[in-house]
Formats: sequence, C-alpha cells, structure tokens
Amino acid sequence: MKAEFTIPVVTNIPTTPSVVDGAMAHSRPFVAKSDHQSALGFPEELVEDWHDRALAKMKELLGKYRSLQVFMDSCVKCGACTDKCHYFLGTSDPKNMPVARQDLMRKVYRRYFTFAGKYFPWLVGAVDLTREVLEEWYSYYHQCSECRRCSVYCPYGIDTAEITMAGREILASVGIGQKYSNEIIGKVFKIGNNLGLPQPAMADTLLDLEEEIKEDIDVDVRLPLDNADAEVLLVTPSADFFAEPHVDGLIGYAKVFHQAGIPWTLSSHASEAANFGLFIGNDESMQKVAARIREAALELGVRRIVVGECGHAWRVAYSYWNTLIGPFDFLDPNYPAPQHICEATYDLIQAGALKFDKEQNDDKVVTFHDSCNVARGSRMGNMPGGQFIIPRALIRASCNHFVDMREDSIREGTYCCGGGGGLLTDDLTELRVKGALPRVQALHEVIEQYQVTHMAAICAICKSQFTKVLPFYSLGMDMIISVHQLVGDALVMGSEQ
Amino acid sequence: MSIVTYLYAGAFYLAALILVVGVARKVGVYARTPAPYKIPTTPAPITMPGVAWRMFRETVFFESLFKASKWTWLFGWIFHFAMLIVLIRHLRYFLDPVWLWVAIISPFGVYAGWAMLLGLSGLWGRRFLVDRVRYISAPSDHLMLALLLAIVSTGLMMKYVWHTDIVAVKAFFLGLLRFDPAPLPSDPLLLTHLALVVILMAVFPVSKLLHAPGVFFSPTRNQVDNPREFRHQGIRSS
Repeated sequence: MKAEFTIPVVTNIPTTPSVVDGAMAHSRPFVAKSDHQSALGFPEELVEDWHDRALAKMKELLGKYRSLQVFMDSCVKCGACTDKCHYFLGTSDPKNMPVARQDLMRKVYRRYFTFAGKYFPWLVGAVDLTREVLEEWYSYYHQCSECRRCSVYCPYGIDTAEITMAGREILASVGIGQKYSNEIIGKVFKIGNNLGLPQPAMADTLLDLEEEIKEDIDVDVRLPLDNADAEVLLVTPSADFFAEPHVDGLIGYAKVFHQAGIPWTLSSHASEAANFGLFIGNDESMQKVAARIREAALELGVRRIVVGECGHAWRVAYSYWNTLIGPFDFLDPNYPAPQHICEATYDLIQAGALKFDKEQNDDKVVTFHDSCNVARGSRMGNMPGGQFIIPRALIRASCNHFVDMREDSIREGTYCCGGGGGLLTDDLTELRVKGALPRVQALHEVIEQYQVTHMAAICAICKSQFTKVLPFYSLGMDMIISVHQLVGDALVMGSEQ
Repeated sequence: MSIVTYLYAGAFYLAALILVVGVARKVGVYARTPAPYKIPTTPAPITMPGVAWRMFRETVFFESLFKASKWTWLFGWIFHFAMLIVLIRHLRYFLDPVWLWVAIISPFGVYAGWAMLLGLSGLWGRRFLVDRVRYISAPSDHLMLALLLAIVSTGLMMKYVWHTDIVAVKAFFLGLLRFDPAPLPSDPLLLTHLALVVILMAVFPVSKLLHAPGVFFSPTRNQVDNPREFRHQGIRSS
C-alpha cells in the first residue's frame, strides 16, 4: 500500500516513542459546510464573537457536566497516561498524550476560570483563547477517538473523551464543526441512517440477502423489515446492510433468530444503531437520533430491543438510552432493555437452543479485538466484565482455534482500532493508519506465534477501519470479520432438534 | 510577645480560613454540578458497596496508577503514605494530652520524613528524566514539588541539626486553637518551615492539590454500573 506519509514500522518489541513536537500538527479533518452545521442547529460558519461565545459555552458545559469540572481541576501531571494513547504511540506527537490533549482546554480554563490562571498565568501554563488555540483544538480534538483507554490508568479517573467531546461541542457552537460527523448526523435526522439509505433501497438489499442465504445454505432465512408481528426489534449499524465484512454479521444475526424461532424485524424508521451525537459531545443530537428507536419500538409494538454489533452504539444504548429515551416499561421485563445481540445469542446457547458445527471454521485461527466503547463504556451480561466473556464465549462456541492477544492490549486495556470517535473518514487516513499501530503490533505477535488468520470484532467502525488500514501494514483486509459471521457459519441450521 | 508571634498567628488563621473556605467552595461546586449521564469506566462495580470498595482501592492503594506506571506509583504512594504518618506525628502539637494511637505512631514519623524525601525526589526526577513528563510539566508543577521538599527538609533539619523548642511550639499551636497565642520560638529554621506550610495551605484550593477532594467526585470512578436496571436521571451521582 502506497502512502503519502511514513507508515510506522511494526517492531518485535513494542516501544514508547520519544516525543516529536508538532509531528501531527498538520492533521485536521474537513470542516463542516454551512448546511451540515445548520441541520444540527449550529452556526453556519465561524461567528464574529467566537471568543466570547466559546468561553460562554465552556462555562455552560462546566456547569452541566461534573466530569468536565472535576477533570479540569484534578490533574496533577503525574504522567501516568502519557504512554497510553494509541495516537501518541503511533505518531510521537506529544499533544496526543492524553494529559497534553486535556491541557489544550485546561490552559484556557485556568486563564478565565481560576484564580491562579487569572493572576499568574505564566506559573500554571494558562493562555488566552486565540484563533491559534482554536485551530489547535480543532486539530487535536480530532486526533482523539474517545476510546477512554487513558481513563483506565488515570489515578483520578480523568476521561479525556469527556474533554474531547466538550472541545468539539464548543468548536461546533462557534461555527467550526467537523464535516464527517455532522453530515452523518444530518442524514440520520433526514433519512434515518448514517448512509442515507432510504426504505426502498433497504428493502431491496434485505431481499437480496435472503436470496443469497437461500443459494448458500438452501434455507429460507428471512430479514424482515417493519414487521409489526415481531417480538424483537433489531437495531444495527447501517454498515451491516452492505459493507464487507459487516454484512456477514447481519446474516449471522438472521440465522440465529431463524434457528431460535424468534420473530424479529428491522425498522426503516430506526435503521441506524450508530449515534454520532456522542462523538461530537452534543446530547441534543444524541437524544434526537436515539428517539427514533423508541418511536419505532412503540410503533411496531415489539417486546424487546436488540442492538447489533457496533461499539459506540452499544455504549449509547447501554449507558445513555434509559436516561435519554427511557423508561422502557413497554418492553418485556424478562429481558434486559436494551440487549446486545451477543447477549441474546449467548443466552440461546446457554439454553441449548443453538447447535454448532465448529469444523466449519477450522480454516481459521481467530483472535478477538475488544472494541473500546464496549470494553470501557458498557457491559454485557449480569457481571462486571461480561463484555469480555460473552463475545469470547460465542467465538469459542463456533471455532476450534481461538487465541487472545497480549494481555495489556485486550479487555479493559484494549487499543482502539484507530478509527473510532468520528475519525473514520478519508481526510484522516494518516492518523488512522498511525493510530492502528498498537493494535497491529499485538496482532502481529499472535500471527507470528499462533499463525492467527482472522481477527473478529463486534463494531462496525472497527471492521471498516481495519479493512482500510491493515493493507498499509501488509496484512490482508479480509482478516477482520464479524463475531456473528463465525456464529452464522458454524450454526447448524434446520429443524432436526 | 514578639511581632513574629502575632505575624505567624495571623498567617495561620488566614491560611486555615483560605484552606477551609476554599476547599468547601470547590467541593460545593463539584457536588452541585450534575452528572447527567452514566459514564463509569467499565468494568465497574454493579452495587454501591462495590463502588465503595473501588474508591477505597483507588484512594488507599492508588490502583489505577499501579496499572499505569510502577515507578510513578512507587514514588507517589511512598510520598502520600509517608505524609500521612508525618501528619499524624504532627498531631501532637495540637493535642494535650496526646492520644494513645498518635503516640504509638509518632516515632515512625521520623522515618516517614525520610520516605517523603525519597518519594518527592523520585517524582521530581521523573519531571527531568522522562521526556513525556518533562513536556507536560509547568513551572507550578516544579514549584509544588520544591515547596513540599523544602517543608520536609526543614522539618528533618530541626530533628537532626538545629533543634527548636518544641514545647514552646506546642504551646503556640494549642494557644492558636484557644485563640490565645503563646510566644513562638524565633529560630530561622522553624520560621521557614512554618511559613512554607502556610503557603501550602493557602495555595491548596487554587492549585492541583484539588485532586484530593476531586477524586471522590470523579464520575468514572464513583458511579455504579447499573444503567439498564435503574433509570439514571442526572442529579444524583450514583
């Protein structure tokens, strides 16, 4: 793969780079156009009184989020987080160290909101809010995937994601939004999903998939759309409808529901699980996107909501939905609301409702990439850490050959794929390739040691990101697969039981 | 009574006022600011006692720091734990009679002073030797360590080099508590030691020392992981 930048070298022993000041200062995504901005209620371009409005917004957010207020004050610059961010490890740019990324806002916070910064700015590194500072925010708050890895290691639990979200919210509110995220959110408002896929196209795609499955295994597996008799509403990232390898995961969910005899449906109104409102730190957008799902569930009269494989979508569903669009008192109380597709499949396996022929996956040696938002922002099952146990249990149920990657690169210490948090866009390719380095490094180790052939994931962004960046490291783009592809391929179909 | 006594008495009253009122105000701000969403860093405890245990491990053992960096943890934990012992030893200047448990712990305070010196030196060393930590260090970060080291050093020097009249010092502080100050010995080492402590108390509420109350209000650590079971509606922190 050719690139206009230097692809990091995968070494045998992972090392922490020396800092190279300004190494990624040139990286900035496209700025949102006026219609992308106005669709979300943001000003169409940089407003004249940006200085005052940015500070007013910061004040508002400090009063709205305890996290932001406490995190601005608490950091002691101990350095615990400095070698934890995949973007720092991949780029060497010191402003990609979590504490330095926070400091971009903290130095302004101190200048205008603290005694020390007002009267002794030079002492505590406080600075005035200038256009240059704003530009730096735009660059480096779009070099954070909000993966929360730093928050695991911070002795005060400072979560840089919260600060990045606030930074992006302030930027958008003075007219400098990010094109990729804001455009996508606008599409959800208008059409219902990130891809802008209208109902007829969706229906066609699903019919094609049914035919494909029929040809493949000679079973009539349905992918129903807007079926009012369904018990389960499946809400999944729209990439599942046709992106590779996502679509094989969708086929896997369909096979599971088919085999378990659960009437289910997709919705054309709520045809998107992803919720980029989280990424841009704008809870009004987040609520508006999520509201479609409640509306669809009520309209269709379903008893359960199940969420497909998508990392941040699961974080929003698990952690935010009940607050934003709850209560879910209209759903069946015997099931968690919402439920992850992995939880649903896992429970069916536990109940003996699914049978597997693991040999179907014998051509693969599989490892598992924990997606950041699932790992550090949510849970599955009824015990802490169930989000690590359940997907692995599904893989083990459907594969004979499974190995884990290095311990500090999985579970709560998992490295982001490098494309999360609203950064999965071609104008950030360099950042995405470099940010994938720590994951690729750990993957490389298990390829060498165990001849791993595939890496399974439960996130649409991870799947798209790895498909794009693995070739830069001379690895096959088809190494990355859906957990439910493995499940679907090994699932014994038919009614003999 | 000397002007020095009045000066120091006034300074201690003022510093104590700044410390108490300043920290109380900040804690008030933290407590009043809503935590509208569930954002614990998971895996997180799913019960309140579980959260209490997590906070205990975090504040007593510095669990997250241990995961992050063994050297920083070692120096940081030694410094903080030793400071606790030293503070307990100093309670004898405010208690008459001295409580038994304070009397039992007090002798260890001397060793703890040396341990503080070691911990602080290690933490400061990192600010010069590790390029990443050097990059993030502001002048205030160096000054805070310098201030703490100076307090520890002057304290140790009074123990080993130039003794002061600790009976008189105790009378001074007991007097402060009764709003009836007694004469303060005026040897330079003691006055330096006390002046630096006054500065430390006064800067507490306007500096990164706010990490001490802050850690208890950190939503990523103090929230229960139960968003599906209970509808979180913002104002409460659990």
